[in-house]
Amino acid sequence: MKVTKRTFDAVIVGAGGAGLRAALQLAESGLKTAVITKVFPTRSHTVAAQGGVAASLGNSEEDHWHWHMYDTVKGSDWLGDQDSIEFMCRKANEVVIELEHYGMPFDRTDAGKIYQRPFGGHMSNFGEKPVRRSCAAADRTGHAMLHALYQRNVRANTQFFVEWMALDLIRDAEGEVLGVTALEMETGEIVAFQSKATIFATGGAGRIYYSSTNAFINTGDGLGMAARAGIPLEDMEFWQFHPTGVAGAGVLITEGVRGEGGILRNSAGERFMERYAPNAKDLASRDVVSRAMTTEINEGRGCGPHKDFVLLDITHLDPKVIMQRLPGIREISIQFAGADPIKEPIPVVPTAHYQMGGIPTNYHGQVVAPRGNSMSVAVPGFYAAGECACASVHGANRLGTNSLLDLLVFGKSAGETAVEDVKKSTKAHKALPQEAIDRTLARLARLDTQKDGADAHQTRLTLQRTMQNHCGVFRFADKLKEGVTKILEVQQDVQRVAIKDKSKVFNTARIEAIELENLIEVAVSTMISAEARKESRGAHVRDDAPDTAEHPNGRDDDNWLKHSLWFKEGNRLDYKSVKLTPLTVDTIELKKRAY
Amino acid sequence: MDEDRGARLRRLRWHCRRALLELDLMFLRYWQRVGDDVDAATEAALERLLEMEDHDLWELVSGRQETGDPQLKGVLDSLRQA
Repeated sequence: MKVTKRTFDAVIVGAGGAGLRAALQLAESGLKTAVITKVFPTRSHTVAAQGGVAASLGNSEEDHWHWHMYDTVKGSDWLGDQDSIEFMCRKANEVVIELEHYGMPFDRTDAGKIYQRPFGGHMSNFGEKPVRRSCAAADRTGHAMLHALYQRNVRANTQFFVEWMALDLIRDAEGEVLGVTALEMETGEIVAFQSKATIFATGGAGRIYYSSTNAFINTGDGLGMAARAGIPLEDMEFWQFHPTGVAGAGVLITEGVRGEGGILRNSAGERFMERYAPNAKDLASRDVVSRAMTTEINEGRGCGPHKDFVLLDITHLDPKVIMQRLPGIREISIQFAGADPIKEPIPVVPTAHYQMGGIPTNYHGQVVAPRGNSMSVAVPGFYAAGECACASVHGANRLGTNSLLDLLVFGKSAGETAVEDVKKSTKAHKALPQEAIDRTLARLARLDTQKDGADAHQTRLTLQRTMQNHCGVFRFADKLKEGVTKILEVQQDVQRVAIKDKSKVFNTARIEAIELENLIEVAVSTMISAEARKESRGAHVRDDAPDTAEHPNGRDDDNWLKHSLWFKEGNRLDYKSVKLTPLTVDTIELKKRAY
Repeated sequence: MDEDRGARLRRLRWHCRRALLELDLMFLRYWQRVGDDVDAATEAALERLLEMEDHDLWELVSGRQETGDPQLKGVLDSLRQA
């Protein structure tokens, strides 16, 4: 079947921070630029980012990009690529000052400079003492950033396709990416977007977990499309968890609650953190608290009918303190846990927050995949940035406030590379291969004609529970092994999901089924990569890879200092080496990650 | 229900996909409770709320800010009850 074709120099999928930053680069260079987005740009999940953006401006005290680089490499547990990390930290000041010029309302010092706050893990002089490096706009940094970028794009004549769902990459027999297919929700029409440069900026896929801080839109659409087009996914076993999300909802309860004196308790009412961290107790680091909570639940000391959460107790605090210092938390607990924390404790569980892995790229924003004898050859016409991409600057664990920096630096970098590539190409657009379009149409037709199929809602729930129970914050060999079998069964169900509503206009059931086909690729890649990595590193912590003298923190550099690559075809894993050589400075040598 | 109204309600539900998880959850429960039982005035009030920026909307939905608009207040009360 023929579909309508629309032709652009560049097409960006996703209108969060990375997509808008990339689009700006392209549109301002005069290229015909389209942005496809399933929600209005300023409803993207970047809005939820509060912490700030890291840049060694040194406005409050002495700072240096090299110290920021050290903190990022250490945070990544040495899995981050040091060339990309140097690139990002060196570019930080430039992209932040650019944003200031776009009208971003950063907090200011009395002297009128950008105000900088301290943040966990930000240190001066190679880990010596804390430094103020985070630039913020009150507690709405992501929101302010997105608005500044959106307005600038409107000025640059970027063409927005709002409430369009991207479906599949269009890739020809030589492996070149020639655009994407997308569905217009308003009409149900399928359109082929033809482009010389296709940039994915589709965000993370936190919705693979039952308990996630991510908004419902974070379904890994770019990762699903890349995987179906034969592109591997890198380091998918690494997910950052937050210890205290409201059980059953995922909404974040800030660390400030424990800072104000909140105590974690098990079903016996015991303050269990005293056993795991006798000194820091409830204020121990995120990973220590998350692991202790998981151990309590796994050993049967969880609360509730399914014994699947613990309690965060602030009932001993003066209600005035709660009302004054934690007002938002009280409202969240009442709304999402049905518990007024003045009278009863809040049920909490470790909750998925950020995806470190993604579509493999280099620091130019080009998507790279194995070809011939090389593990990292640029895929022509294809670029990615932000949480959907893996540059890899976060390695095994992301440093706080580096996510907003990542999307600015690599959004811009992907845009710049795409501009160069499009401008030097003298050829006309290549013809679109009909087979690629037919594959998308067949996928949609299957969905419409499936008889006695699986229920999409139920299947998504099984997927999320499987990931939560088998591949959560603290991992066990037997659970992971069982998890692989289970998630492959869920994959079978996804392939036979049926929808009752066949309408054309705003068929949200169809959209959710399409999202589920993307979620499953992320879930399978996460489970298989996690089961295979037999060490602990950063956010991937295994019970059978404990802290020993030979392997501090369970990290095994002899066998596992390498990136995982998962391929959809045959669920195959391959590995590529970590880039330990930065661009201009000396390698930051391996050592135990300790704070 | 006629086809146009069905499409309008589906569009409205899609506009409840927000940047903040807190709002996603509130709207999910709301629709689970009301189903298609939404009159024209409620529909109009919902549309106005959904035009707002997420943080401002959450301030209203969570009750940290109040509105003097009776139409919006009705929907906000109903959202909180869900």
